[in-house]
Amino acid sequence: MENNLVVKAEKSKTYLGLWIYILTDCVLFASLFAVYATLHTNTNGGESAQMLFSMPLALTQTLILLTSSLTSGLAIISALNKDKNKILFWSFITFLLGSIFLFLEFREFNHLVAIGDSWRASGFLSSYFVLVGTHGLHILIGLIWIIIISILIVAKGITAKSMKGLVMFNLFWHFLDVIWIFIFSVVYLMGHMGL
Amino acid sequence: MIEANFLGLLNIDAFRHDLIQNVGVAIMSLSVIFVVLGLTYFKKWQWLFKEWLSSLDHKRIGIMYIVVALLMLSKAGFDALIMRTQQALSVGNHHGIVSSSHYQQIFSSHGSTMIFFAAMGLMFGIINLAVPLMIGARDVAFPWLNSVSFWLFAAGMILLNTSLAIGDFSGAGWLAYPPLSELQFSPTVGVDYWIWSLQIAGIGSLLSGINFIVTILRKRAKGMDLMKMPMFVWSILGSMTLVTFAFPVLTATLALLYLDRLIGTHFFTAGGGGNPMMYVNLIWAWGHPEVYILILPAFGIFSEVVATFSKKKLFGYKSMVWAIWAIVILSFTVWLHHFFTMGAGADVNGFFGIMTMIIAIPTGVKIFNWLFTMFRGRITFTTPMIWFIGFILLFSIGGVAGVLLAVPPADFQLHNSLFLVAHFHSMIVSGVLFGYFAGIVYWFPKFSGIKLNEKLGKIAAYLWILGFIVAFVPLYALGIMGATRRMDHYSASMGWQPLFIVAGLGVLIIGSGLLTIVAQVAYSVYKHSENMDKTGDPWDGRTIEWSIPSPAPSYNFAILPTIQKSDDFWDMKQKNRKVQKDYVDILMPKNSYLGLFIAAGSFAFGFGAVWHILWLSIFGLLIVISSIIVRTIDENTEFVITKEKLFQDDIQYYGETR
Repeated sequence: MENNLVVKAEKSKTYLGLWIYILTDCVLFASLFAVYATLHTNTNGGESAQMLFSMPLALTQTLILLTSSLTSGLAIISALNKDKNKILFWSFITFLLGSIFLFLEFREFNHLVAIGDSWRASGFLSSYFVLVGTHGLHILIGLIWIIIISILIVAKGITAKSMKGLVMFNLFWHFLDVIWIFIFSVVYLMGHMGL
Repeated sequence: MIEANFLGLLNIDAFRHDLIQNVGVAIMSLSVIFVVLGLTYFKKWQWLFKEWLSSLDHKRIGIMYIVVALLMLSKAGFDALIMRTQQALSVGNHHGIVSSSHYQQIFSSHGSTMIFFAAMGLMFGIINLAVPLMIGARDVAFPWLNSVSFWLFAAGMILLNTSLAIGDFSGAGWLAYPPLSELQFSPTVGVDYWIWSLQIAGIGSLLSGINFIVTILRKRAKGMDLMKMPMFVWSILGSMTLVTFAFPVLTATLALLYLDRLIGTHFFTAGGGGNPMMYVNLIWAWGHPEVYILILPAFGIFSEVVATFSKKKLFGYKSMVWAIWAIVILSFTVWLHHFFTMGAGADVNGFFGIMTMIIAIPTGVKIFNWLFTMFRGRITFTTPMIWFIGFILLFSIGGVAGVLLAVPPADFQLHNSLFLVAHFHSMIVSGVLFGYFAGIVYWFPKFSGIKLNEKLGKIAAYLWILGFIVAFVPLYALGIMGATRRMDHYSASMGWQPLFIVAGLGVLIIGSGLLTIVAQVAYSVYKHSENMDKTGDPWDGRTIEWSIPSPAPSYNFAILPTIQKSDDFWDMKQKNRKVQKDYVDILMPKNSYLGLFIAAGSFAFGFGAVWHILWLSIFGLLIVISSIIVRTIDENTEFVITKEKLFQDDIQYYGETR
């Protein structure tokens, strides 16, 4: 186990670097959450969170993203067992779930803009679009990342480089999950309850 | 709005300027042409690209940072000269040399350039030069990322200077408070230039912060426990921790301001449910820690300098470490003192006033520790020590003025006045800048092999100290007399003109100090055969960077050191301890041109974002993304230096005897 490439990757300095990067990303999101907390009641005479957001959709998105974190973890277990096909399979499922999540988010944004509740409408909607959109942008980067890693695994097999990439992607992906839990709680749940 | 036009908002009007701007553009263009011709004449293009621009060697990256930063220091120094000339002349019926709108751009560009490109550049330059050497490492943790950080810094710098020639710069001050900086009140591209040059450079700083934290935590030599690290390394760990916590807030804030201006969101607008004071809170949640990001490395440099030139161990090592971390934490609890006049109420103002006074305590601890280090030491007054003496005098005066400003009722009187300007220049010039100058003189032999001329160095230091006093003490007085900052014209009846003229003379003295530094470096390099550092230890140093040859070889340490004590090299010299000569082959990073591509890409992205040229932004972003992907999949990034080569190098420097 000690010589396993996954374990090695988790002890590398790059992994520590990624942890610190994630810390900085947390601060970035913290700023955006603070902005949302300040502006979420400034509806400028327009509609509030309670009127706009659909709980079933947000819950579906949450479940999809949480499942994708599970499948991403399963890819790591396959990597520990050095099972190349299973790594690719679970990575593909992760990619698929992430894409569906992003599609649902895009559809919701589209819908809001179509009914005239775009980011221009109020301070509340500005902060909503940017907070949720920044998370979506991170998901998009994650999707590009997992494609590159998968190509690397197909081309070069289970190498130190591809395993390092996979382990780092996994950490990043879990982090995005945690951020989404906060978005779900603060934006959708508290919005639904009119807080 | 995003324009349908091929060149976005860019048209011929962007190139029309007034006389002084044209002179600036001419100087800038002539310098570039001069450098290009020089490189061509001496056939140095290949050398420049192969040895420098593509280098991943932390020492070369550090030197490039310092060169860029000194250029920016001179440029922003010219801004200061124009401002002081304007204020000395623009009285009563006379309206000085620049228009009001141009004056606004000048003070905005002076502040932004000095903080982001002069001070930050010098700081990252010195960190790059010294930190890996002091912890006994061959390079930073992520050499390629280090080069990317530098190139983002360079791209931001070029974007800021482009605003001089194409379009205009922000006139909203160095922190661009809304609603003034919103599209409604600043309709030109100036604020966008400000946003994107800071955003690009800021992301570079953030990546550097991560890089140096990992470097210090993971690349220390064997035996160097955290509590055996040189104090400079501790101060960098503190400063970089602040970078990782503060810079993301800047990134977010700048992005939100840009969205307000580009797609009409309502974050900081006066109407539409926006909140301008939220911007002020956010920007200072970054801005106040930024002050400590800059000053902590200067504190670290002085800790090394004072110990070395007093021939004594640093007094109160542990209390110094605690003082650094107290400052790191407290610096996030004082941001509101920048806007007591916002009207947050007596309780909130009281809290932040008290926290501001408390943060002076660890700073005082450090001052006393340096003084006690000097006490009964064998002090040699070399150039770095002269900078230190100037620092301790002027920084303390500025610090006391700061504690005065921390009292909210006093702040209500002095807010936005030249008293404040004098205070923060006391911190940033005589604190930060003097520290960095001391650091550059101190480590100059280590990265160049040449000892700088002491006589010219001392003259430069005295000129700066004298110039500082003449330039800024009048501002304390003017501030109390009611002169506000950012003022381009005043009535003769105020009686301010004599003091403004004195302040203007001070700027000239500082300018001659800067020229003396240039002369010092030029003269020392010209006479290099007389000033060679042949021992690698010109100051009788204490820390391990002095145990290797000067200039430090690309791999730094032929044999990685094993540390037994803090101030290990001093201990080695005292006990005549020798290094075991077991050479092994080592792996070093290969040079990479991708940093240059990322700079070009991010510049194109930024320029496109400023002028709303969508295709250019997308093109730039694609260059950046593909450069990152190319690096991610590249397997061939290192090369071997054999043990025979290491052995040969050592013999060549030290001779057969060692």
